[in-house]
Amino acid sequence: MDDRPAAALSAQGLTHRFGARMALEDVSFDVHAGELVAVIGPNGAGKTTLLSLLAGVLSPSGGSVRRPAGRRSVGWVPQQPALYSRLTVTENLELFARLERRPDPRRSAAAMLEQAGLAERADELVSRLSGGNQQRVNIAIGLLGEPAVLLLDEPSSSLDPRQRERLWEFIVALAGRGTGVVYSTHDLLEARRHADRVAALDAGRLVYSGPPAGMEWEL
Amino acid sequence: MRWLLAKDLRLLRRSPLLLGTLVIYPLTIALLIGFAVSSPPGKPAVAVYSGVRAGQGKIAFGSQRISLAGYADQLFSSIDRIPASSPRQAVADVRDGRALAALIIPAGIDHQIQQLITNGLGNPTVQVVLSSRNPLERQLAHDAIQTRVDAVQYAVSRELLKTVAADLRKLLDGGTVSFLGRSIHLLGLRGSEAIVRRTIASLPRVSSQRPALKQVISFAQVAIAGLAIAGPGIGGVTAPLTVRQSAIDASTTPTVNYAVAIAAVVLLMFVALLVAAGMLALERAEHAYERLVRGLVSREALLAEKVVLAAACALVMTLAVVAAIAIFVSLDWGRFELWVLALALGAAAFAALGVAVGAIARDVSVASLLAFLISLPVAFIALVPAQAVSSGVRTALAVISFLFPFRPALTATAAAFSPGPLGVGGALLHLVALTAAYLLLARVALTRFAER
Repeated sequence: MDDRPAAALSAQGLTHRFGARMALEDVSFDVHAGELVAVIGPNGAGKTTLLSLLAGVLSPSGGSVRRPAGRRSVGWVPQQPALYSRLTVTENLELFARLERRPDPRRSAAAMLEQAGLAERADELVSRLSGGNQQRVNIAIGLLGEPAVLLLDEPSSSLDPRQRERLWEFIVALAGRGTGVVYSTHDLLEARRHADRVAALDAGRLVYSGPPAGMEWEL
Repeated sequence: MRWLLAKDLRLLRRSPLLLGTLVIYPLTIALLIGFAVSSPPGKPAVAVYSGVRAGQGKIAFGSQRISLAGYADQLFSSIDRIPASSPRQAVADVRDGRALAALIIPAGIDHQIQQLITNGLGNPTVQVVLSSRNPLERQLAHDAIQTRVDAVQYAVSRELLKTVAADLRKLLDGGTVSFLGRSIHLLGLRGSEAIVRRTIASLPRVSSQRPALKQVISFAQVAIAGLAIAGPGIGGVTAPLTVRQSAIDASTTPTVNYAVAIAAVVLLMFVALLVAAGMLALERAEHAYERLVRGLVSREALLAEKVVLAAACALVMTLAVVAAIAIFVSLDWGRFELWVLALALGAAAFAALGVAVGAIARDVSVASLLAFLISLPVAFIALVPAQAVSSGVRTALAVISFLFPFRPALTATAAAFSPGPLGVGGALLHLVALTAAYLLLARVALTRFAER
């Protein structure tokens, strides 16, 4: 029996179709506070669909998702930085803090700038940032609502090794502060190295869910 | 929604090239279209009543005779003639929309012209009744009729001048002229002078040759009468016909005000459509759409924000341009509230069409291109004078114009710019209905907006 506290996010029998194509079939899934969960699988396995369903971007064709109470209980970071490139880092953060209805948007934005290590780049247009820094801002926006669970769709896919390293330091620190983190990745090394638990998808089905050590890795 | 609005305004401000294009391009197109509208081509349908019976209508100038029928044929060659059995029927044809104008030629106009050129009396008048439903169509009919009337004036003047010149020659050199139904032999000024000289030379001081003197007196009388013919004749030749023009129907928008309204609505259309379509598609291009609609902003609120943004930009820009034009053109400032209402509802309808285009096209460049592709034909179709095309094409154009905001926006704006009866409630309601329909279309299209 699992003696951990109740799951921060729970999905039961999730199914989703795009027209006639079955993208995800009967996937059940839990995320706990402070847990790092890697969702792996080949292209078309259903990783992005699963994260989009957990985030509420898509409505499932079947099954259900139970999210923690609270308006912004789940943060979502799409694969492509969802930022306004002609706004500065601060302007982006403040805009989304206002839309998140944070009580003090400026303070929330300033806190995120510190947390993401972007205070020195605060007044730069996002279009002038490197891909790694854009991804940091992207994640910082996902964290503005102080979510219990953060969902990251292939957060490191467009980054160079140095940027990846800095990004993972940031994500691991986040989990260390109690945020449940679910991330999808093609990179099996990243999954094995950083995840507490791995969910492996193949053709829309969950074929493995457990610790990285329980999987046979063909790297 | 206000934070999204503030964000979009900031984005626009930081895109000077885009902003410049959004201002200069539509402004140029708007002014070009608005002021190029002056004399549309084609044969207007004109109801014609002629009180002059076939075979009649001949005017005599001395020995010359002119048939009015020949000039009527010239006039009718430039119009699509609808014969009317009475003046009332001709006006009814205009009122019912079968004709753009009525030309009423009263019975006895040939005699009136004859009187004018013979005695300098009278004011031969033809009546032109124009439909003022559409100023462009009114101008089309007016120009076609006026051109031919001018040709008749010129032709009659030319013939009359020839006759008068011949009569003057006879007064000088002598000959036979027809006057008041009688044939009179004129001695001529030169002959008279010779006779008088001879008579004076041959007569004793105490005696006179009575017959010769009588002949001189007679000549003098006829010469005076001849000049009496030539004087008023020459005076009347410049404009033997008077055209009395009137307009029926509700609107009396002057053509120049109509041109300003066209320029304003074209500008409104371009700015609202492009801003709305582009800014909605930009949310997807920046990958922000999914993040926004994940509980931060409803899809309906997002559409409303884009409509408000685009409509406000278009309204402010259009009002500024119209205010600048109003320095040179007399617009009815007393109806400023109606200007704002008509332009605001027009801008909202165009902006709603823009978000529908943006939601369907999804990509920024495709949305912008689609907005351009829709704008120009819609404007041109709405501006085609209905009477200038066949009935089948007219119906098709009317249907297309009904589905887009250009024509109702133009109707409401043109009425707002000019004095005279309003009657724009239908156009304003039409704009509101189109706004609602486009928003619904945009909302449906948003269901697959995020797909890549």
